[in-house]
Amino acid sequence: MNVIFQTWSWYISGFLIGMIMLCLIYFGKSFGMSSNLRSLCSMAGLGKRVAFFDFDWKAQRWNLVVVLGAMLGGFVAVHFMSDASNVAINPQTISQLAALGIDAPNGKLVPDALFGNSILESPKSIFILLIGGILIGFGSRYAGGCTSGHAISGLSNLQIPSLKAVIGFFIGGLIMAHLLLPLIVK
Amino acid sequence: MKNIVKYLLVGFIFGIVLTKSEAVSWYRIYEMFHFQSFHMYGIISVAILTGIIGIQIIKRNNIKDIKGESIEIPDKEKGSARYWIGGLFFGLGWALVGSCPGPIFILLGAGFWTVLLVLFGALVGTYLYGLLKSKLPH
Repeated sequence: MNVIFQTWSWYISGFLIGMIMLCLIYFGKSFGMSSNLRSLCSMAGLGKRVAFFDFDWKAQRWNLVVVLGAMLGGFVAVHFMSDASNVAINPQTISQLAALGIDAPNGKLVPDALFGNSILESPKSIFILLIGGILIGFGSRYAGGCTSGHAISGLSNLQIPSLKAVIGFFIGGLIMAHLLLPLIVK
Repeated sequence: MKNIVKYLLVGFIFGIVLTKSEAVSWYRIYEMFHFQSFHMYGIISVAILTGIIGIQIIKRNNIKDIKGESIEIPDKEKGSARYWIGGLFFGLGWALVGSCPGPIFILLGAGFWTVLLVLFGALVGTYLYGLLKSKLPH
């Protein structure tokens, strides 16, 4: 039963993610998560104010069902398929994080220092999560896709625009992880 | 109804795989951007490799979709500025909160409530793009 509780290997996980994308193509759809954010904006009635959200979001309902399924999957995986051996990251990473005041995983998926309930008492921590979200939402719509739409779907279909976007993701990520994050969380 | 079950199931598996592979973990993203593990690079590479092979098989054999219609995968729009700049913004956010749009939903489903702040931010960011679209270089 270890297979269920331990961290899944990169080759099994990568293969399954590729198959999920192919499965959606077989269903006549495409794999892309960030477009759901646009659908949610449209559902909230923003199409009356901004033309970009004035589209037939109902045609994208299938993708919102995928999201719902993903949320259920997350719930089941975290509550029934996890143990303390999970998130065994590089010890060097752990000591680097300790220097930034960020707690070690010990089986947790996200650090308490950034996501624990106590962050609600700190305006700075709230601001970090909001800004991160804004960058993700703005950037993914501007680039026309995120990790699923560009990195997985786009590169699988050998799309040069997706390659540009993915290189952009990594440049941005490296700037944040190496230069900005240490300044922000300190 | 059959349609709902089909998409729900694909999403369910996606949520489990992303959680069990720890691709939803802030720690894994940090570790990846510091080149301290091969794990995330392995996941992304194998996913793309599987996708490339699968799409080539579909194209070369004219495989039809579930409804019997031919499969057309539209090319991404040509352009540069939007991909470089948009990508850069996305990357900054990805490395800060350690989750891309899929994991935002998955973590919320798993009960990490503070991720609601990230989702709210992501909706605001999406709205800002819609608002500024005509003024941005694409």
